[in-house]
Amino acid sequence: MARTPAELVRAEPGPPFEITVDGRAVTALPGQSVAAALWGAGILAWRSTRGGGRPRGAFCGIGQCYDCLATVNGEPNRRACLVTARPGDAITTQEGHGRAGLSV
Amino acid sequence: MPDSASEPFDLTVVGAGCAGLAGAVTASELGLRVCLMDGSGQVGGQFFRHPAPALGARRPQALHHDWSAFATLRQRLETGDTHRLLRHHVWTVTRESGELWTVHAVAGADGDEERPVRVRTRAVLLATGAHERQLPFPGWTLPGVVAAGGAQAMLKSALVLPGRRIVVAGSGPLLLAVASSLAAAGARVPAVVEATGYLRYARHARALAANPHKLLEAATHGASLLRHRVRPHTRSAVTAVHGTDRVEAVTVSRIDEEWRPVPGTGRRIMCDALAVGHGLVPQIELATALGCATRRTTDGTHALALDGLQSTSVPGVWAAGETGGVGGWQLACVEGELAGRAAAFRLRGTPMDAARVRELRRRRDRMRAFADAMAVAHTPHPGWIDWLGDDTEVCRCEEVTARRIREAAADLGARDARTVKLLTRAGMGWCQGRMCGAAVACLAAGAGDGDIPPSPERRPLAVPVPLGVLGSPAEADD
Repeated sequence: MARTPAELVRAEPGPPFEITVDGRAVTALPGQSVAAALWGAGILAWRSTRGGGRPRGAFCGIGQCYDCLATVNGEPNRRACLVTARPGDAITTQEGHGRAGLSV
Repeated sequence: MPDSASEPFDLTVVGAGCAGLAGAVTASELGLRVCLMDGSGQVGGQFFRHPAPALGARRPQALHHDWSAFATLRQRLETGDTHRLLRHHVWTVTRESGELWTVHAVAGADGDEERPVRVRTRAVLLATGAHERQLPFPGWTLPGVVAAGGAQAMLKSALVLPGRRIVVAGSGPLLLAVASSLAAAGARVPAVVEATGYLRYARHARALAANPHKLLEAATHGASLLRHRVRPHTRSAVTAVHGTDRVEAVTVSRIDEEWRPVPGTGRRIMCDALAVGHGLVPQIELATALGCATRRTTDGTHALALDGLQSTSVPGVWAAGETGGVGGWQLACVEGELAGRAAAFRLRGTPMDAARVRELRRRRDRMRAFADAMAVAHTPHPGWIDWLGDDTEVCRCEEVTARRIREAAADLGARDARTVKLLTRAGMGWCQGRMCGAAVACLAAGAGDGDIPPSPERRPLAVPVPLGVLGSPAEADD
């Protein structure tokens, strides 16, 4: 019986690469979304809500719920479950609407 | 590709799942010039979602039943000349004149390319599928609680799991499929928690007997769950999730006929993730924005009202698959083919193969009868609202609690989801009520007669669109 999803489908992925999450290095596989790479590293939350500041991450997994919004390379409100991870991507936990820099 | 400024496509298919694929290849093989659009980078939709090529999956079929059916459709697509626009998110369809439509999209993995795309076409086939129905309960916003279909999607597309010990809960046939995939992929699944009893299917013996493939499918999942020692809990629900910053355990309670938790039956199950869902909701906003008629389905959602050849009430707009009522991938393939044939007849006068059409309609009606029976068995009963605490967030986007929604209903007189939205912002956030809509409608109506109140999906923009795209002049066409 398979012990991992990769074993189940006999995956032979391309070479893994690094992305960072709030500065911490995380290994991603080519073809994975940002959310998948984070799940792969055991990280389930990368956003805090506007109101209660509560942690959130991927929920619907298909781009419908917008709970997985992350700041990717400085750009807020990217749906992490849809955006493909690229070598060197810097993911930062998104605080609220992610545009605190615009406030006066 | 035709030059879109002068020569429109014959048929534009929105959605490249089973229904859209079948519709596109059928129409293309019958001589239509077809454009196939999908938000994903790969065809297959939700059911045949599969790993990106770079993940090098040698046996993608290990995560699928009937992979060969998809492989055949994909092969037909690749050998034909259907124009493919993947990573294109359609936000609206507009009518230019009697027989000319424009399909508007934003491009990019998550629609991030701020470039308007407009596809001109003589007819449209909407095959936009469904999203999951969610019912809130205390703790459902904790990281580690994921949609059942979401866990399945992340596994199928990226070979990842949300945890090592995953409880699967909610209602509907999807739960068994999800539990058996998670277990096959190495997760421990300590429990599958189903709100209804599977014996309810027995009330629809005729629909069951006419669909032996569905029984076989259920038996396959059942055997796989037995093999992985997954314990089914029927007539039960997860009524609380425990943990501070992520899931540590869930409470599973017995529920009565009306889905009210039975006091004193709560049992804690340790887990690090929960995959939850209560069936599927047809995704029909592109159609409702065009004025297409809807019908109430047997489980309280809204689907498009379609004629015998998959036409919506708006001539020139066809629909297939879950948009016409949730019924699964085989039904979607049949309906997609019917729609493709109907479009070819209407646009090019291609004669219909009467025997084939009769056969397709027979299969469609048989599978629809089965889907209706399943939907009845898994319809949420109004007692589910007793799972909610006052502080349970119902609207995840705007963080609106059950207390505020109940106040809007009891003190301020709101009776429907729209009024609750105006008073509390529930359903006004990023997801536009896709996650909380069913729950808000129930709370607004009160426990009432047990029916989920009507709330046809109306969203003028099907996906978020940057103002720059909305405001761009038509000359910016591709």
